[in-house]
Amino acid sequence: MLSMLLISFYRRIKKYFLIIFGTLLMLAHLYMVFIFVPTDAETGIIQRIFYIHVPLAWIAFFAFFITLIGSIMFLWKRDFKWDRLASASAEIGFLFITLMLISGCIWAKPVWGVWWVWTARLTMSLVLWFIYAAYFIIRAYISEPGQRARFAAVVGIIGFLNIPLVFAAVELWTTQHPGMIIFEGGLTTEMKLTLIVGLVAYTVLYALLLKDRFVLKNFKNELNQMKNLVTGG
Amino acid sequence: MDNLEYLFAAFALAWAGAFAYMLFTARKQAQIKRDIDQLKQMIDKG
Repeated sequence: MLSMLLISFYRRIKKYFLIIFGTLLMLAHLYMVFIFVPTDAETGIIQRIFYIHVPLAWIAFFAFFITLIGSIMFLWKRDFKWDRLASASAEIGFLFITLMLISGCIWAKPVWGVWWVWTARLTMSLVLWFIYAAYFIIRAYISEPGQRARFAAVVGIIGFLNIPLVFAAVELWTTQHPGMIIFEGGLTTEMKLTLIVGLVAYTVLYALLLKDRFVLKNFKNELNQMKNLVTGG
Repeated sequence: MDNLEYLFAAFALAWAGAFAYMLFTARKQAQIKRDIDQLKQMIDKG
């Protein structure tokens, strides 16, 4: 009886499950960042920016990975649905890398005394931002769909090749930017838990945004095809 | 060390960015709806 009730309830909320789950995770993340997690002994309260800065970076890199997959698949299959997936994901990745850079600047000011330092990781992150800005400039300026998708796919692939350099920058060059503290055991259990909840919450947000944007791009494409049929274009 | 304003600024900007993108998507959706209505009118006119 209980299982039937649960199944019936799930069927009703299935459509909104990801939205409800994502909202609950975001609220839990906010609670954890501002109340649950202990304040860092060295840098104080400002260290809490870490719990949004890292998920923003994670989503940007993950979104660019999906762009890479979409770009490779488009060049292989020549199916425009892959181009639409790649561009939808690149849009979200570009938004999140912009927010990651801004949150980094806000973090740098009270800690380093300046908004920006030309260290290896920051410079490589900015280079990544410019590569994906070029991705959208190409999409905006090339009108022929096939050529636009091909050129954008090449930039989408080249752009992703820069991401390992962003990661390795702290190890390869001397830099003020903190290293891989997540993997080096520099976090307490509460800190790790808060970070994990943040990563999951922002991944759900990414999934929702990508689904919406991809579906809209598909609708727009079908609509244009129908318009061409009606007008004989 | 109290830098609460920076912490709030970082979170507010991240949330504002996400909401701005949702608004952008909603506007695109409204534009598609207008296009569908336009297409319907074109089909009705024959």
